[in-house]
Amino acid sequence: MIDFASLLANGIAALVGPSAIFFALLAIGLNVHFGYCGLLNFGQIGFALVGGYGMGIAVLNFGLPLWAGVLVGIVAGVVLALLLGIPTLRLRADYLAIVTIAAAEILRLITRSTSMTDFSGGTQGLTGYGGSFRQLSPFDNGRFYDFYGVRFLGQDLWAICVGWAVVGLSLILVFLLVRSPWGRVLKAIREDEDAVRALGKNVFSYKMQALVLGGVFGAVGGIVFALTTQSLTPDFYSPPQTFFAYAALIIGGAGRVFGPVIGSMIFWFVLSITDNFLRQATAGSNPLISFIDNQDVGAIRFVLVGVALAVLMAFRPQGIFGKRSEVLLDAR
Amino acid sequence: MRVELPVEVPAQPGARKPDPVLVIDSITRSFGGVRAVDVAHLEFQRGWITGLIGPNGAGKTTLFNLLTGFDRPDTGRWTFDGMPLSRLAPHQVARRGVVRTFQLTKALAKLTVLDNMRLAAPKQTGERFIGALIGSWGRQEQANTCKAMELLTRFQLDAKAHDLAGCLSGGQRKLLEMARALMMDPTVVMLDEPMAGVNPALTESLLQHVKSLRDDGMTVVFVEHDMDVIRDISDWVVVMAQGRVIAEGRSEALSANRAVVDAYLGSHHDQALEFDADGNPVGQTAMLVAEIESELEAAIERGQDLSA
Repeated sequence: MIDFASLLANGIAALVGPSAIFFALLAIGLNVHFGYCGLLNFGQIGFALVGGYGMGIAVLNFGLPLWAGVLVGIVAGVVLALLLGIPTLRLRADYLAIVTIAAAEILRLITRSTSMTDFSGGTQGLTGYGGSFRQLSPFDNGRFYDFYGVRFLGQDLWAICVGWAVVGLSLILVFLLVRSPWGRVLKAIREDEDAVRALGKNVFSYKMQALVLGGVFGAVGGIVFALTTQSLTPDFYSPPQTFFAYAALIIGGAGRVFGPVIGSMIFWFVLSITDNFLRQATAGSNPLISFIDNQDVGAIRFVLVGVALAVLMAFRPQGIFGKRSEVLLDAR
Repeated sequence: MRVELPVEVPAQPGARKPDPVLVIDSITRSFGGVRAVDVAHLEFQRGWITGLIGPNGAGKTTLFNLLTGFDRPDTGRWTFDGMPLSRLAPHQVARRGVVRTFQLTKALAKLTVLDNMRLAAPKQTGERFIGALIGSWGRQEQANTCKAMELLTRFQLDAKAHDLAGCLSGGQRKLLEMARALMMDPTVVMLDEPMAGVNPALTESLLQHVKSLRDDGMTVVFVEHDMDVIRDISDWVVVMAQGRVIAEGRSEALSANRAVVDAYLGSHHDQALEFDADGNPVGQTAMLVAEIESELEAAIERGQDLSA
């Protein structure tokens, strides 16, 4: 039989877990890019990669303390944004999309290359850079903490607390920016950049600022996640991750401050529930669902998430927080 | 009412004006083999409403794009108040006081009407990244809001201030674009077809607004292809055809100008068209129609594409 209590407990663990935090930060960055400024960044995972690897390499190869490694990771995100933005932001939106997705793949392939093993760990990845992060933990790292059936290991609980604090600070920053005249220029660029140029605003400069800011959120996401998992593996930073972050952003509502966070939480909650449900329903000698093989569950849960997204787009195209009146304008 | 000058400006292409605000010299722009703009010399008089007219494809909008930095010329220089304006980016041109609107209105649909207006205010502290976070831009924002509301009232859009700009009608968008340009306190306002796509009932009110810009001391240059619209409000008219300025002068003088009429109507213009009660052409008109039809048939037999 299906154990609904464990289903729900796992779902809630996913709702607030490290993945939800990581994708919330990626999606907050994409929200600045796409939701507010209309920039199509399809390589957000590349920013997470340079953030995480920037920190890991700085600590392991150059012997920097962890806080300096974190700074290196953030600076790496800024540099990547500048490198991608300078040639493409004067061109049409599609060029940025092409260049970002390609750049993210190039970065992944370089870090996993065997010729880079001494530097980035190659396919083995990197470990052992974040010990001092765990030493800061007020929790007992090896112990399980139980919240009404939702259990976290102490070391994860610490990472989760830090992660949500970072998400909270990011949201405050985004909130302050988008309600300011600065945010108004960004939204105007999203609508029509020529009109904004004709009103005396330097569109290129604003797009660059947005790209850097969103990229830094991506890099910070990579740093937080690398500190949570305590290991960096190159193949984690593959293109689909960017699209999961986009899915989270669209579920929550693009161009809304809380959209990406709520979207990411729902995305991982639904993914966890469907995964656990299907695993339980297809397991055992007399499974509830006999036509799905237990091996296929991992793939089928994404099919279900896809269906759920399609239904959402049909009935609530603006996402959970979006304004319907704005979406209807596009149909005119 | 018309602005009179102490000296009479000769009605010829490239005429010198007593106090020009924009002076253009030998500006050219080609697209492939087509010379879209080829103007040797042109001056726009300060404080006048200058109408820039010409048939479709005459290069009016291209000239606008060049002057406002949205397009790069192949050759040419132009100055604004004596300062060189060529080779500047669009936003730099706008900041110096030459503000344009667009033929297809660019209301920022998902911003409110009021935000459209406030966006245009120049030199906002809160528009800088750091200024937005730690600066105190509240007072400046309040002042801008007041100014915006005054302008919206003047353009009869105050009731719509908190609606999304995407909900406005075509004519209201034209008004919004004009009002938005005024937020920048421009010296020269360049309006690209302000009457295009506007309900005729609103045209008169739009014309009055254009006149009011001049009465406030601004120089207005506007593009239009309808001669009738231009006649009432412009102090001076510049006629373009095939990229060149073919005539300049007071609007009433231009209607009699042979070159202008030919550019607009082709060479058959002086012939009165005659039709019988059923609407069929008769007499000279019938011959003209037969001539045109035989030309068309010949063109089709040659396999020519008529849609072009």
